[in-house]
Amino acid sequence: MTTIVYMPLKEKQLGFYLILAAFGVLVLVGLLAAWYMESNGHYVTGMNNQVVWGLPHVFAIFLIVAASGALNTASIASVFRKTVYKPLARYSALMAITLLIGGLTVLVLDLGRPDRLIIAMTHYNFTSIFAWNIILYTGLILVAVIYLWTMLEARMAGYNHQAGMAAFIWRIVLTTGTGSIFGFIIARSAFDAAILAPMFVVMSLGFGTACNLIGMLTLFPWNNRPLGEDLVHRFRKNLGIFVATNLYFVAVYHLTNLYFRNHQEAEQFILFTGNIYSTLFWIGQVIVGGFIPLMLLFVEPFRRSRGSLLLASFLVILGGLAQLYVLIIGGQAYPMPLFPGMEILSSGFYDGQIAQYVPSLPEALLGISGFALTIVLTLVVLRVLPMLPQALIDQKQTSARHG
Amino acid sequence: MKETHYSSQQQSSPPQTDLSKRKWIGGAAALVALSPGLRLVELAAAKPNDQPASSAVRWGMLVDTERCTDSCTACVDACQLENGWGKGSTDESRSRATQKAHWIRKVKLRDRETGKTHILPLFCQHCENPPCVDVCPTGASFKRADGIVLVDKHICIGCRYCMMACPYKARSFIHEALHDQRVLVPRGKGTVESCTFCVQRVDRGEQPACVEACAKLGNKALTFGDLSDPESAIAKQRTEVTSRAIRADLALNPRVRYQGI
Repeated sequence: MTTIVYMPLKEKQLGFYLILAAFGVLVLVGLLAAWYMESNGHYVTGMNNQVVWGLPHVFAIFLIVAASGALNTASIASVFRKTVYKPLARYSALMAITLLIGGLTVLVLDLGRPDRLIIAMTHYNFTSIFAWNIILYTGLILVAVIYLWTMLEARMAGYNHQAGMAAFIWRIVLTTGTGSIFGFIIARSAFDAAILAPMFVVMSLGFGTACNLIGMLTLFPWNNRPLGEDLVHRFRKNLGIFVATNLYFVAVYHLTNLYFRNHQEAEQFILFTGNIYSTLFWIGQVIVGGFIPLMLLFVEPFRRSRGSLLLASFLVILGGLAQLYVLIIGGQAYPMPLFPGMEILSSGFYDGQIAQYVPSLPEALLGISGFALTIVLTLVVLRVLPMLPQALIDQKQTSARHG
Repeated sequence: MKETHYSSQQQSSPPQTDLSKRKWIGGAAALVALSPGLRLVELAAAKPNDQPASSAVRWGMLVDTERCTDSCTACVDACQLENGWGKGSTDESRSRATQKAHWIRKVKLRDRETGKTHILPLFCQHCENPPCVDVCPTGASFKRADGIVLVDKHICIGCRYCMMACPYKARSFIHEALHDQRVLVPRGKGTVESCTFCVQRVDRGEQPACVEACAKLGNKALTFGDLSDPESAIAKQRTEVTSRAIRADLALNPRVRYQGI
């Protein structure tokens, strides 16, 4: 049994602050972009009354979904008693909180009236899955903070398992709720599917693990902290399983839509028409975000390289963004089936036409700033609190010291 | 399903400075309306402003597509002028065509089997089970007791989830600041809006602007009235002709029905 010693990230001085400043600038640029969009109105964006959710939603939902999955590392340790992951439980809970804050910030800043955020907190319509999600998102931050408390404070250690279980259940419900935002939309052929809820849970596991891995594989070596191969290999295997499971769900979702006659045309639009959505689906989501990571994770000689694992993690994130772009924006671009059996000859408002959407620069900057905010918050907390183990050396049994 | 007993006044978001103007306009309108021979019949059915909408009334519309003609845009024009969007306003000059508000539009269809063409106006269908109301996180989208689906501009946060959920693409998000608005039809940047059945007119006992304009031209393709009143023209007409709801498969029970498609 070895005691794990957690230390604040104090090894680097100038380099730390330079990196912090670089991401801080990205956050500021994102805030400026949001201010530009809000003060002018959304006419300066690529969004319109056909594609009402654009690039900011892609980033926001990615970060929120990834937050839930980032907490999985801690859940494996606390809920499933795999103690080898225990030293990373604090980091995992922290990542969940910062990813969620990053995603929610982007989501809120893209509202038509972000100044009315307080209304979203005080007026609830409980038939709305969106209203439930507001509670689930803010609740997860609270639950994760309590969970962290049980890990950081020795007197609270007795409640660690219960807090971990609560966080585990909460995040499964949260991701189910996020998937249901789309699954509950009966109007559009691309949504309206119960499978979206479990698919989002699976997506979250892959996205969150990839985010955790990027942090681990950069922070440990950068600060000269050892990171054992056994743990890295477990993460590699986990990421591979999550990526493969996501591909499975994607296949079932699309095959089901292809089978349903009333969804076939919309499905063919996404998969086979050669537009931006089918290109992003096959190249971005399936190949870059699925097959290449699987090759990097499981095929020799890549599977032995940490560089390959890091690259695979980045590709999973890119593939995830592509997946959400195809789902959210592709799903809106295809016209709603208003008149089955009828051909629309003319319309005063683009009925029957593929909606056009070209993301604007401010939208992209706002979305990227969500990632930057996550990184800034994570680095600051790692700097001041003992979150990361000083060393993670391979061993059969590891006990985590609380406090 | 939440039903809210709001009047059209509560639906609006009146700035304080507008109140005196509104009272003045209301008074002037009453004076004009009460002039001998003018609209006494309609006023008899008006709902006093201090009373909530009644669930005893169920407003609905019947569209006779056989009477709707290709070249006519009277309903769209009247809606724009009444509610201050499109041609009825100098606003939205910076928004692209796909970003501008659309409360009502004309659609021309051709049956793939028979080749028969149909022309119809499409707007908020004022569903009995409106998905926009179900999904709205703050309750800004609501259905009045009399079935009119509205947006409370005070608490709309501009999340656009209602636009994602509406199967009829009936809702518009306002992409820029507005200045040229009708007093009784408040609109605002960053919020969502749609056809209100001209609630400000209906509460005065009048017909929606589109219905009136269509009738004035002699087309009479639109019939508006109380579905709960078996003696109303719309209730009688619906028992006599076959009409259908658009996307009836979604079981939203829209209050707007179409005859001839």
